[in-house]
Amino acid sequence: MASNATEYIKHHLTFWNSSPGGFWSLHVDTFTISLLLGFLLAGVLAVVARNAKLENPGRLQLFVESLIEMVDSQVKDAFHAKSKLIAPLALTIFSWILLMNAMDMLPVDLLPSIAQWIGVSFFGLEAEHVYLRVVPTADVNTTFAMSISVMILIVAFSLKAKGLGGYGKELLTAPFHASGVVGTIILAPVNFVFQLIELIAKPISLSLRLFGNLYAGELIFILIALLPWWCQWLLGGPWVIFHILVITLQAFVFMMLTIVYLSLAVDTH
Amino acid sequence: MEALVSQIQSMTVLAAALIIGFGAIGTALGFAILGGKFLESSARQPEMIPVLQTKLFIIAGLLDAISMIGVGVAMLYTFNNPFLSAAIAALKAAA
Repeated sequence: MASNATEYIKHHLTFWNSSPGGFWSLHVDTFTISLLLGFLLAGVLAVVARNAKLENPGRLQLFVESLIEMVDSQVKDAFHAKSKLIAPLALTIFSWILLMNAMDMLPVDLLPSIAQWIGVSFFGLEAEHVYLRVVPTADVNTTFAMSISVMILIVAFSLKAKGLGGYGKELLTAPFHASGVVGTIILAPVNFVFQLIELIAKPISLSLRLFGNLYAGELIFILIALLPWWCQWLLGGPWVIFHILVITLQAFVFMMLTIVYLSLAVDTH
Repeated sequence: MEALVSQIQSMTVLAAALIIGFGAIGTALGFAILGGKFLESSARQPEMIPVLQTKLFIIAGLLDAISMIGVGVAMLYTFNNPFLSAAIAALKAAA
């Protein structure tokens, strides 16, 4: 597949681009895999919900129920207002990110080799030019798409809870309060800068946390794949066991932070 | 030409090592303090262990964040060095 180690690593870190460059070049592998996993998730949950029964529930129904109960208890703990959107949003975020992260558990060469075989046999491409990256959340575009959506939701929830005037007033008078008119006018730009930084830091940290964890994990898997066969399991074994914790934890932290940010957004003093 | 490339490479290696190293120190200290407080409070109030464990994992996920961002940046410098690309482009333009 590659002549030397650097080529192997570079090949495994290149996306399947729809066009060589430019603004509209899409990462086809990220799109396909994340959409497939999303539809799989939605399909399984819909089927379980439709066939839910009281006596003799199957194991899948019990598993989905425990997942929903976990998300529900987290939302009840952290979100103190009323909203019909938060719990389904949290469930989607947690399970979709968990599924996308879990693609990192597959062997590094498995899906890319199958893609190369399909490309060479059916489409006449050269093996080195078939790229496939299987972990959508190791693509910074995916994580930023999710976190920018969360930021839009934060602003939307704030506007809905406080109104346009109330939100604008909060942007200019929090966190530093002044008593007189002069003080308020002086502190308004300072407050605005602080609020803006806080608002922008949230999606950046959300997305880069998830991206950094998954990218580092994938890169270490690729580096372990370069080692000789007799030390693969020695290093790869502990790393994949640790990675099981990392993928669940990162999905959980993304969900918790979304719930907490949205609860802060609707928080009226 | 080789001197420039080797200097850029060596500086990049040092930069990547420092990023990863300092991130690791901060994360290790943070986890140590967090774990110590968790163990202390578990010993004081064992009935709070499940509640505290959830919060422990949340804070652990947050602690990981910055050092992982640092690791991502360091990996970018190692495998796709932007400084080297810029230097080579400048040399090509000058030649």
